[in-house]
Parts: sequence; C-alpha cells; structure tokens
Amino acid sequence: MKNLIIKIISYLALVGTIIPSILVFVGDMDIQTNKNIMGICMIIWFVTAPFWINKKSDEAVEKN
Amino acid sequence: MKKKGIVAQLDSVNEYEREPIPSSKLKGLKSFIGMYAGEHTAGTEFVIGPLFVAHGVTAFDLVVGLLAGNLLAVLSWGFLCAPIAVKARLTMYFQLEKICGSRLVKFYNIVNGVMFCFLAGSMIAVSATAIGIPFGLTMPSLTDMLPNSFGWIVAVFAVGALTTVVAMFGYQQVSQFANVAAPWMILIFFAAAIAVLPQLGVNSISDFWSVANEKIWNGVPMENQSQFTIWHVMFFAWFANMAMHIGMSDLSIFRYAKKWKYGFSSATGMYIGHYFAWIASGILYALFLQQSNNSAEFAPGVVAYNAAGIAGAVCVIIAGWTTANPTIYRAGLALQSIVPKWKTWKVTLITGLVTTLAACFPALVMKLLDFVAIYGFLLMPMGAVIFIDFYVMKRFGMTDFYAEKAGIKLNWAAASAWIITLLVGLLMNIFMGVEVFFLGLPGWFVASAIYIVVSKLIQSKTYTEIAVS
Repeated sequence: MKNLIIKIISYLALVGTIIPSILVFVGDMDIQTNKNIMGICMIIWFVTAPFWINKKSDEAVEKN
Repeated sequence: MKKKGIVAQLDSVNEYEREPIPSSKLKGLKSFIGMYAGEHTAGTEFVIGPLFVAHGVTAFDLVVGLLAGNLLAVLSWGFLCAPIAVKARLTMYFQLEKICGSRLVKFYNIVNGVMFCFLAGSMIAVSATAIGIPFGLTMPSLTDMLPNSFGWIVAVFAVGALTTVVAMFGYQQVSQFANVAAPWMILIFFAAAIAVLPQLGVNSISDFWSVANEKIWNGVPMENQSQFTIWHVMFFAWFANMAMHIGMSDLSIFRYAKKWKYGFSSATGMYIGHYFAWIASGILYALFLQQSNNSAEFAPGVVAYNAAGIAGAVCVIIAGWTTANPTIYRAGLALQSIVPKWKTWKVTLITGLVTTLAACFPALVMKLLDFVAIYGFLLMPMGAVIFIDFYVMKRFGMTDFYAEKAGIKLNWAAASAWIITLLVGLLMNIFMGVEVFFLGLPGWFVASAIYIVVSKLIQSKTYTEIAVS
C-alpha cells in the first residue's frame, strides 16, 4: 500500500511536468509558473521514484 | 574499516570481462529499454539538435532524414550486433582478441578507450554548462576550442568526479540510475519545447510547420558553419552510434540479453532521443537565438534553463551524466583488456580522470558532429571483421577466431582490414571530397572484403607451412 502511494505520487509528478507546459501552449498559464511547477515536480520525482523503479527491476532480474 | 569495506565492495564487482555471461545473470527486455531510452536521451541531444539548426538544416530534411537514419540504426543493432552478442555472450574486446590476437586488440582498445573518453568528456562538458549558471560562469561559444576560464575547469571537474564514482560501481548501478532519471528527463525535453512554442510564434498546431521553416530550421547556416542536407541528417542519425551497432561495441551490452530481438529495444533511444529530443532541443536553441539576437554562445545548460528553469538546468546535468556513465564504463572495459589483472573500478577511476581532462576543452562540444562521425568510422572496421568472422569465415572454408586457434598475437588480416579501410576513407575525404559523415557505408564493405581476401592468403599459407613441417 505504501509503495502504491509512492508510485502514484511519482506518476503525478510526471503528469505535473508535462501538463503545465500544454497549458502554457494553449495560453492558460504563464511560463514562469510552469517553470516553478516543473522544479517542484522534479524534486518529487527524484525523492519518490527510486523507491519503486529500481526495486521493480531488481525483482525482474532475480526472476530471470 | 569503512575504507576497507568500500574497496571490498568495489572488488566484488564482476562484469564477466573474460568469460561468457552465465544464464542466471541475463536481463529482461525492460533493462535494455530503460538503458537505451536513458542513454540516448542525453547530454549530447542538447548539442546535436542545436548544431543541426546552426548547420542550416531545413524542417523537411530534419524530419524525414531523422526518420530514415534512425530506422537504419535500429536495424543495425537488431540484425548485426544483437544476434552475435546473444550467441557468443562475450564482451566485444574478448571476442576481438580471439579473432585479431592480443597485440592488435591492445592497440585497438587504446584507440577505442580514448575515443570513449572524448565522447564521455563532451557530455561532462555539457553538464558543466548547467553547473556554471548559478556562479555566473562565462560560457563557451561556437568558436571556442580551449578552456575559457578557471571556473569552467572547476565545473568540469565537479561533474567528472561524480560521474566517475558512479561508473566505478559497475553496470548495475549505471542501469539503475538511468532507470530513475529516464522517464522524467524525456518529459522535460518535450515539456520545455512545448512551453516555448508560443514565444516562437506557434499559437496552434497548424502554425507549427510554417514557423518551423521560417524560424527554427530555416535552411540558413550560421556564420562559419557548413550547409547540411537531408543526406547529412540521415547518415549522421544512422552512424551517430556506428561504433556501437555496426562497430559491435554493444556486444558488451547485449551479451546480457535473453533474446537477440532485444536489439530492437534501441528504438526507444533512437526515436525518443535521436528523433524527438533532437527536434525539441533544436526548438529550444531557436528560442535562445531569437532572445539573444543570434549570439555565438553555445551552452546547452543556459538554453535549457531559459526554457524550463531549474528543472531544465538539472535535466542537462543529469542527461550528460546518464550518458557519460555507461560511456566511461565502456571505456573502462576497453582499457581493462590491456591490463586484465587490474580491478574494473581502478581502470574506471583512471578512465574517469582522462575523460574529465578532455572535458575541459569546449572543442569537444563545438565539433561534436564531426567527432561523432570520425569516432564511428575509426572503430567500424573491427565491427566488420567480427561480423565476417562470425558468419562468413567457415562458409568460405576458413577458420574463425583465427588468432586464438593459430596461437598468434597479431592477425594481419584484421590489421590490414582496419588500416587499409582508414586509409581509403582518408583518401576519399581528401581527393574525392567525401565528407566524414558518409565514409562509414563504403568503409564497411572495404573492411569486409579486405578481411576475407587477406584471411584467405594468410590461412592458406599457414596451412601449407603446417603441412610441410
């Protein structure tokens, strides 16, 4: 359950990286806000992703 | 005690340099998809995309040329490199030693290792352009070949040290880091490019093609830059990693693959990194040129920071790092075959130092397109030798792994193939004006033909001598 929550947060960080840029493109957000959001999402990604990405690949290697 | 623990941990890194990979160590498809996507969405992408803009590529030539060139690259990995890798399960260097003999391989490995160092060095330099932003570092320009400040050297050494330490811990650690960084990094390329489009005048998707032709890839080269055509783009995309696919360097990577078809996993790197990321970085550079009134400054870190803020700058640092890591690892393997008794981590440490020294010279970044093409051509002939040795020698009634079986230290057939191919390429470049980007294709056939012919001569002679004796 804990891993699932961390994983969801990671994915939300990725969504938060790309969606604001699309909002800038369509004129619904300014570029500086977009930069700030991208920075926050970057921190969230690198804090959360190592908990599940490498764990998953280690398990895959062991199964092989 | 702690120091001893670290040394013991490093000593335990066993990368099977001189033995086939055991089946228990084989990796699944995801490892390769992650590795290729991460490795080819990298620091160099922040350089190559902009250099296409600087060389006056048109939008059509870029889109179509990259599509074709990257397809050829994927097919080269899938049909040339990976099938041999999963059958032999040896590093490229050990396989080459069996074919060419230890003496030739030692020389080849020095050349190979040095080229890898330069390539990794260019990526470290790219990362340094981002590290220097908060310190107000004077960034290099398109015409800079030498270090332009003490601060630049400090920034390069900071990135180089970190990269080397990670590479010292082996393939697994490199792969894990790439896995974490890749998804985010790829999105940053796209997100930054999408976000800056309105500043270039693209306010709807229908505006894109006209703006692309007028403001981004307008077909006009910058001052002192040559004009690139669709052929330049296509052959550059195909041969950008020539040393790795046709040159067989990635035998060392695909020897871990469960199936030869994993060779096509390189498509993730080619189409995400060498297609969309090159296009995205070209867009970011076009914005930089627009905002800086066509400044000659060439600093990928600054370009990304302008477009995506801190996330952009960090992306450049990590992108350079992600590619420099496996490249230093490959260089370490190349140089370790010269001193097989040395531990992998010690060789990697020295390799990292050489790489960092090379990274101090901005020429590696400014002339990256030429360097990448030369590097591929220089190492390609040995890939042709491996391919012919694996598939053709027995069919022609000759002995494969000839150096090992004949007990010789230098196989002149392989040496001739390498040296004559490079000479032919040089002569074609000087007297026929064939640019370095196009030499790889005729070169492969020259190397293959010479290897077959000289092998026929050498092996017949040897057998005659054996029969007489």
